[in-house]
Amino acid sequence: MPPPGLIVRDASLTFGDRPLFQALQARFDAGSWTCLLGRSGSGKSSLLRMIASLRLPDNHHLVLDTSDGAPLGGRLAWMAQQDLLVPWHRVIGNVMLSAHWRGRPTARDRQRAKRLLAQVGLIDKASHWPDELSGGQRQRVALARTLFEDASVVLMDEPFSAVDAITRLELHDLASRLLDGRTVIVVTHDPLEALRLADRILILQGEPARLVSMPVPEGRRPRSLDNSELPRRQAELVAELREMAHA
Amino acid sequence: MPDRALWRRLARPLLALVTLAAIWQLVLTVTGVPRYILPSPAAVANALFEHRGLLAHHAAITAIEIVTGLIGGILLGLTTALALARFRALRRTLLPLLLISQAIPLFALAPILMLWLGYGLGPKILMAMVIIYFPVASTGYDGLRQTPQGWLDLARTFGLSRRQQLLKVQLPAALPALASGLRMAASAAPIGAVIGEWVGASQGLGYLMLNANARLQIDLMFAALVVLVTFAVLLYFGIDTALRVAMPWQRDRTTPDQ
Repeated sequence: MPPPGLIVRDASLTFGDRPLFQALQARFDAGSWTCLLGRSGSGKSSLLRMIASLRLPDNHHLVLDTSDGAPLGGRLAWMAQQDLLVPWHRVIGNVMLSAHWRGRPTARDRQRAKRLLAQVGLIDKASHWPDELSGGQRQRVALARTLFEDASVVLMDEPFSAVDAITRLELHDLASRLLDGRTVIVVTHDPLEALRLADRILILQGEPARLVSMPVPEGRRPRSLDNSELPRRQAELVAELREMAHA
Repeated sequence: MPDRALWRRLARPLLALVTLAAIWQLVLTVTGVPRYILPSPAAVANALFEHRGLLAHHAAITAIEIVTGLIGGILLGLTTALALARFRALRRTLLPLLLISQAIPLFALAPILMLWLGYGLGPKILMAMVIIYFPVASTGYDGLRQTPQGWLDLARTFGLSRRQQLLKVQLPAALPALASGLRMAASAAPIGAVIGEWVGASQGLGYLMLNANARLQIDLMFAALVVLVTFAVLLYFGIDTALRVAMPWQRDRTTPDQ
């Protein structure tokens, strides 16, 4: 089934009595990567949690449509900043965590989990415990767990911000390749990450906030670091984010 | 070599035991306490051997009380914790009651249980259950409640039911917290059984101790105490071992440093 696009018709979020955004509208195209940027506290993570219908402490309201009209539940995968590996399953068990939690994994689940572990380069760690892995390896397992869902919509909340810079670049390449063809929304505060991964960049800006679209460099993602357009676009993006802070 | 590893594990507790006996003997020699107040380690060892049949009989009774009480208390405490985590209405009514129940001194409860249930095993088992019920229920409930939000987020996007979430996510996440409750329970269960026996019984180590005390058989009294302490220690290590098997991912952190 082709991935659906997402249409946010009306999103509102109030923090205490301060409205972060009201009647916000956005379009996330089918099969494309959108990176959502904004300063800390802009509500970008909250917006993502609202789309995933996850619990939020603050007052919020969302009207969401899909381009194919079918509900989003059941075809959505979630990846967070923390790897969220559970210590009581081995690495392979963490990849097929949803199968464990819904019941009992089948032989097919196990096969699929192994194939995904091979794709993220950790097949030799399959029977290790998560706490034997490095931070980068753990995040790769989290990526494999996200892929195991085989969801057509993938929501990622600062998925690579807890790993070192080099590991982050490697994870960009891996995620971009393995999640190709799905509708992906990535919340990030790293302009470079957005410029490497996004088909479209949106900045959550102002108070109450609006979404501003920013140009992305030419070329297919993941864009290489020596992309000639990258420095200029990065400068623009940083300037835009700075301006918001002083506005 | 496994033999050598076992020996190494036993060496330290044995050394502690020998040191304790030496200090005990030293206190006797230095202060000259009469032996009807504090018998010598040798006299206690002698009583252990001499009354082994009698001790074994009463120890078996107490062991049954402790183990039955422990199993019952753990099951009941765990069920309570799960029910509290699952049903909000239950939390409102049961949680205050649970706290109040902790304010009742166990010694005050013992005669009442005796009155209701007679002099048999029943009230002792119930005492052991009551004393361990609260630590298991409260650590279990705390553990269930403090599941990291990130795991609950995952459970939500996986589309789990509340029941699946409780049993597959919250329960394993609560195991480390619950484990400390179970270790507490293991050391508290013998106290419950012995209190029950002190208040009124015709068998069991607690009864034997009171009886020996009345007859000024102080060495036998101490021998009974030694058996009771051995029980408590074995029970603790039994539970500890079971917990390690149940949580293999924690093996490195719970292994005592060499």
